[in-house]
Amino acid sequence: MKMRTIYFDNNATTMVAPEVLEEIRPYFCELYGNPSSMHTFGGQVGIKIREAREKVAELLGCEPGEVIFTGCGTESDNTAIAGTLSARPNRRKIITSRVEHPAVLSVCRQMEGQGYEVVEIGVDSKGRLDFDELEGQVDDETVIVTIMYANNETGVIFPVERIAELCSERDVVFHTDAVQAVGKIPINLSQSNIDLLSLSGHKLHAPKGIGVLFVRKGTRLTPFMLGGHQEGGRRAGTENVPGIIGLGKAAELAMQNFDEENNEVKYLRDKLESSMLQSCPDSRLNGDPDSRLPNTSNISFEYIEGEAILLLLDKYGICASSGSACTSGSLEPSHVLRAMGVPFTAAHGSIRFSLSRYNTEDEVDFTVEKMPGIINRLRELSPFVAK
Amino acid sequence: MWEYTDKVKDHFFNPRNVGEIENPDGVGEVGSLACGDALKLTFRLDKNGRIKEAKFKTFGCASAIATSSVLTEIIKGMTLEEAAKVTNRDIAEYLGGLPEQKMHCSVMGREALEAAIDNYRGGVTKKHELEGKVVCNCFGVTDKEIERVIIENDLRTVEEVTNYCKAGGGCGGCKGEIEKIIERVQGDKKNEPREPAKIHSRDLRNIEKIQLIQQTINEQIRPALRAHGGNIELIDVEGSKVIVAFRGMCAQCKLTEFTMKEVVEAKLREFVAEDLYVEEDRDSANQPHHHRE
Repeated sequence: MKMRTIYFDNNATTMVAPEVLEEIRPYFCELYGNPSSMHTFGGQVGIKIREAREKVAELLGCEPGEVIFTGCGTESDNTAIAGTLSARPNRRKIITSRVEHPAVLSVCRQMEGQGYEVVEIGVDSKGRLDFDELEGQVDDETVIVTIMYANNETGVIFPVERIAELCSERDVVFHTDAVQAVGKIPINLSQSNIDLLSLSGHKLHAPKGIGVLFVRKGTRLTPFMLGGHQEGGRRAGTENVPGIIGLGKAAELAMQNFDEENNEVKYLRDKLESSMLQSCPDSRLNGDPDSRLPNTSNISFEYIEGEAILLLLDKYGICASSGSACTSGSLEPSHVLRAMGVPFTAAHGSIRFSLSRYNTEDEVDFTVEKMPGIINRLRELSPFVAK
Repeated sequence: MWEYTDKVKDHFFNPRNVGEIENPDGVGEVGSLACGDALKLTFRLDKNGRIKEAKFKTFGCASAIATSSVLTEIIKGMTLEEAAKVTNRDIAEYLGGLPEQKMHCSVMGREALEAAIDNYRGGVTKKHELEGKVVCNCFGVTDKEIERVIIENDLRTVEEVTNYCKAGGGCGGCKGEIEKIIERVQGDKKNEPREPAKIHSRDLRNIEKIQLIQQTINEQIRPALRAHGGNIELIDVEGSKVIVAFRGMCAQCKLTEFTMKEVVEAKLREFVAEDLYVEEDRDSANQPHHHRE
């Protein structure tokens, strides 16, 4: 019998929604035309891209013209930062946070070597951004503030609207990496001061290889990819037609499913979380329970190591991820948990469960049932646990 | 995801000799919670001075647990003189290899063993005393320790040193110093290409050996023979003897002896194990051959 897969790693990537696959299927072998072509065969694809752009704009509450399709979330982040720096060359200060995704953090640190001052704002023990520190740092030397919408490891949601307002008052560009937020919580950019926003298709049940950079009308940005006139000259390269159409469909589905994400998915996440914290001694929640994505839970199991937990979960077909050093190939545990001051005893044994609307209560119950056995088994091996 | 050998997985899912021996003859403790892995090894000797029993407790990833488990098996029955000669390579090889970035787990095993032997000999000291000057503050690794992994594993780059003993893997501030130690230990050798790893066929499991031989024949040998209208078939493997049959043109070729020795054997020694030798299958050699291709 084939073992079932219980997929609790939706912050890493998600299943392509069956409706999305259905939608994009014709664009490989039948409607494979280039939307830039003059003939009807290609032109009909251009119409579908326009429709997809409108759906994404609706999901974000922005104008279709403010949506640029890119290759992935990382490209969107890179373009937003590098494009802003070169459009405003007179300012030399970048502000970000210590808990950003590497797609932002690595770019900022690279710029540090090129004469930019980079300030990384810290977080407290619950992973909440130090807004006062940020407020004190944003000055007329600052070119861009780039702070994520919600953290990928803990799910903690940052006060991006407040930050955007602050930046707009001080004439500083604000970019937010919203890869984990889009599709999980409602966003309305028409009521916002956010200038640039990145999202990634495969985190909301669209295929891999498609991302979006929202660029508010009037925001100056130097293009990153040069070539043809696609995306209004702001991102050259033949469109990833199936990806774009798939993302359009995924955006439509996300709008229909916000209630489900915020009620049923949240119910399952809360059940998984509270049952585990209850049944596993020396376990603790990482993150801010009051301001968090509805699907994410990050739990530390003290005195044991995350990779070992993951491999034992894997035996039951349960997929999750860990902030331990050993899973990443680096030797330091997650920079997010370390920035929160999570002690080493807990950081090495942290496990992230991230759910989607495709998870079931049965899967949650099964996982909750297996977890205490896994934890006890590893604790019996650990020299740090007294008998 | 890490690619672990079946042996690593076996020792992780079914660890042997878990626990602590009460009133042990030797105790070795290395690593810490901050480092991400730690191992406590205890052993007891029999009346002849051989290790009668060894047990471990480990905090760490799958390879740390597997390394500890296999270490307790390796040293059982050894005298302390024999055990003192066990290197991290021995431990890794016993497991059929470890991913490069996990080699530090095997070093931790060797260190714990050493600490436990020191403890037996010195009596009182429980913790492994640090020897030398601390180079990597993040993981508390000394110059002596770094020198030792460089020598024992013929390391050439800072990245390799980090993989083997973690030094340089935290803040990275000591990378320059590690570079200097590599230069001091390796000298000019640092820039020389490394010799291919010498593998003996007894280090391979039977199934692994046969698969590798078959793969080498398919990818490295057959295409060359085919080009001359010939072919080769693997008949059997007995220890380090590889029995093959030549088909097509090769079967009648006067140069068969030459082809076998020079091409097949050399390729198998290069890609599988250094001690392999080739024999032609008698039955097929005596059969009349026809051009079939």
